[in-house]
Amino acid sequence: MAEYKPIRKVVSGNYAAAYAVKHARVQVVAAYPITPQTSIIEKIAEFIANGEADIQYVPVESEHSAMAASIGASAAGARAFTATAAQGLALMHEMLHWASGARLPIVMVDVNRAMAPPWSVWDDQTDSLAQRDTGWMQFYAENNQEVYDGVLMAFKVAETVNVPIMVIESAFILSHTYDVVEMIPQELVDEFLPPRKPLYDLADFSQAISVGALATPDDYYEFRYKLAKAMEEAKKVIKDVGKEFGERFGRDYSDMIEKGYIDDADFVFMGMGSLMGTVKEAVDLLRKEGYKVGYAKVRWFRPFPKEELLEIAESVKGIAVLDRNFSFGQEGILFNEAKGSLYNSSARPVMKNYIVGLGGRDFTVQDVRAIAEDMKRVIESGLDREVEWYHLKR
Amino acid sequence: MEIPESIKKRLTIPAEEHFFAGHTACQGCGASLGLRYVLKAYGRKTIFVIPACCSTIIAGAWPYNTLDANLFHTAFETTGAVISGIEAALKARGIKVKGEDGVMVVGWAGDGGTADIGLQALSGFLERGHDALYIMYDNEAYMNTGIQRSGSTPYGAWTTNTPGGKRHFLEKRHKKKVIDIVIAHEVPYAATASVAFPEDFIRKLKKARKIEGPSFIQLFAPCPTGWRSPTDKSIELARLAVQTAYFPLFEYENGKYRINMPSPKKEPKPIEEYLKLQGRFKYMTKEDVEILQQWVLHEWEKLKKLAEVFG
Ligand SMILES: Cc1ncc(C[n+]2csc(CCOP(=O)(O)OP(=O)(O)O)c2C)c(N)n1
Ligand code: SF4
Repeated sequence: MAEYKPIRKVVSGNYAAAYAVKHARVQVVAAYPITPQTSIIEKIAEFIANGEADIQYVPVESEHSAMAASIGASAAGARAFTATAAQGLALMHEMLHWASGARLPIVMVDVNRAMAPPWSVWDDQTDSLAQRDTGWMQFYAENNQEVYDGVLMAFKVAETVNVPIMVIESAFILSHTYDVVEMIPQELVDEFLPPRKPLYDLADFSQAISVGALATPDDYYEFRYKLAKAMEEAKKVIKDVGKEFGERFGRDYSDMIEKGYIDDADFVFMGMGSLMGTVKEAVDLLRKEGYKVGYAKVRWFRPFPKEELLEIAESVKGIAVLDRNFSFGQEGILFNEAKGSLYNSSARPVMKNYIVGLGGRDFTVQDVRAIAEDMKRVIESGLDREVEWYHLKR
Repeated sequence: MEIPESIKKRLTIPAEEHFFAGHTACQGCGASLGLRYVLKAYGRKTIFVIPACCSTIIAGAWPYNTLDANLFHTAFETTGAVISGIEAALKARGIKVKGEDGVMVVGWAGDGGTADIGLQALSGFLERGHDALYIMYDNEAYMNTGIQRSGSTPYGAWTTNTPGGKRHFLEKRHKKKVIDIVIAHEVPYAATASVAFPEDFIRKLKKARKIEGPSFIQLFAPCPTGWRSPTDKSIELARLAVQTAYFPLFEYENGKYRINMPSPKKEPKPIEEYLKLQGRFKYMTKEDVEILQQWVLHEWEKLKKLAEVFG
């Protein structure tokens, strides 16, 4: 194994994704532009134009076709990638099911953007979370480094269990913000991520194969069970790949939930994506001020890290769940998932849901502090209301 | 079944079968015949993409495959995109496509999956120039969901959502000319074909194999179930559709039109001869028949002119 000397580059989250695609030796990219995803595919196109990457680029006529073409490419044995956001992801919805059902390890970057109307190009997690039940795994990146690392790990995980993965970064906060990213030399990526070995191959004619045919009630159920099982098994694969990544490149992803100050915390902030960068910053400050707080950053939303959440729940009095999303008629989606996961456990920390930053509204260290105050009050005097639309203009 | 040498010698279409018995098409189904001919022309080194349509069922439920070729079933509107992706993957992997010994990537979609919901993906596929073949098998309605109109349903036809009744509510639009839309993309090769003329169809399939870039064939494929026609009349109907010039056979190749009728000089037979064998046209009034007849002749004249000027 060659020695790892990282290549440091100042890049946007989108360029981090594009570099990862190049380093992963993706063979087919089919994509359609949408703000704020566009610069990912532009950068990839540039790599191809300059002869830096050997990729078949299919400039499709819609996101629905972007996913359909990725599905065709993946079914024909290629390593396939696409990227989108918001309305584009919604248009793909039908095909997301097709990709997972046909067990194709496609990797896609979704740049979290709010759904219209009203039009908004800014950050919001509802687009990706609305795809929760499509059978895709979901990895939420906190920063540009995690976008890069996430895409590389995603291919390895997806191709091990034959389930597609969405790597999610937030609009503008990551997609268009430049930061230092440590990239991995190509030979070392190649060692980490060998060429794909497809589950089946449409270009293999040794026997006729039929994929995605009609299944009667006698068989359909088992197909679904196998996908469910693959997702469950993916938890171990995710941890192993995350650990291997840490051993090779120094950044450990063996936990599906990244934890900080959990051991002696009264309560923790829980959330996903870039907003957790703000939370981590705030928690460091609050700790210095004597608040006994911690954080739990959910990296993988699918499969859901229930076991890791249980461990956290056993050691804290409260969990403040921050959702940059909302399921109408109910509550924040992460809150809903977390609460549901703990129902049968004896650990019953008080849980409160804070809806924050929808449509790109700023979420600051001051906001975290205010929420910390509120949580302290909740832990001392009981839960007043479960869901709070924090910083709503009244 | 073993084919005797004496018969083999007289056959102009390949003797080998790659479409298995036991498929689940209705009796007299034109689509199933079409599939059989495509397989005869291309053999098993073919990747089929079939969207939601009757052929999903014809090809067999899991774990069966009545096609002796690789098959990917896909969503209704995605044929054009999926064959694009497959072709791109083969190229990325350095696998030869088309030519004598390369892999044939074939999209096989119904008229609905082509003329309506799949038109966008078809257009994208044609425009980008992928090395694959798209076949629209045209049975002129959505048969898989129980005979509803499609953009390819002809004037005056009964379907379950254009029924004939007291207020005489039938399909009032003429058949969408999908092949003209395809040609407008300036594709290298586009053709019509019919299950009544298998030699012509197979010749066109073989040509498509040699063409560089995307090709398109619109195959006329009668459906006794949806057309309310006797199951033993499918070939006769398909032949009459050509003889009446209702569905003329022609090719478009690099800007040139060629009519491939058995006798292109002959006056077309009256459209009634074609209509009267089918229950779906029984609600048409005399005026309706005249309207359809005029349309057919008008389109036929147009095609003849095109062949004359751009032949
Ligand atoms: C998005 C979507 N809408 C509707 C359907 C239902 N559907 C399945 S097949 C079909 C009609 C197919 O008609 P056509 O393409 O003409 O082929 P045929 O059945 O006549 O062979 C429809 C409407 C579907 N599968 N997907
Ligand atoms: S309904 Fe028509 S197209 Fe469908 S299988 Fe039967 S005959 Fe063929």
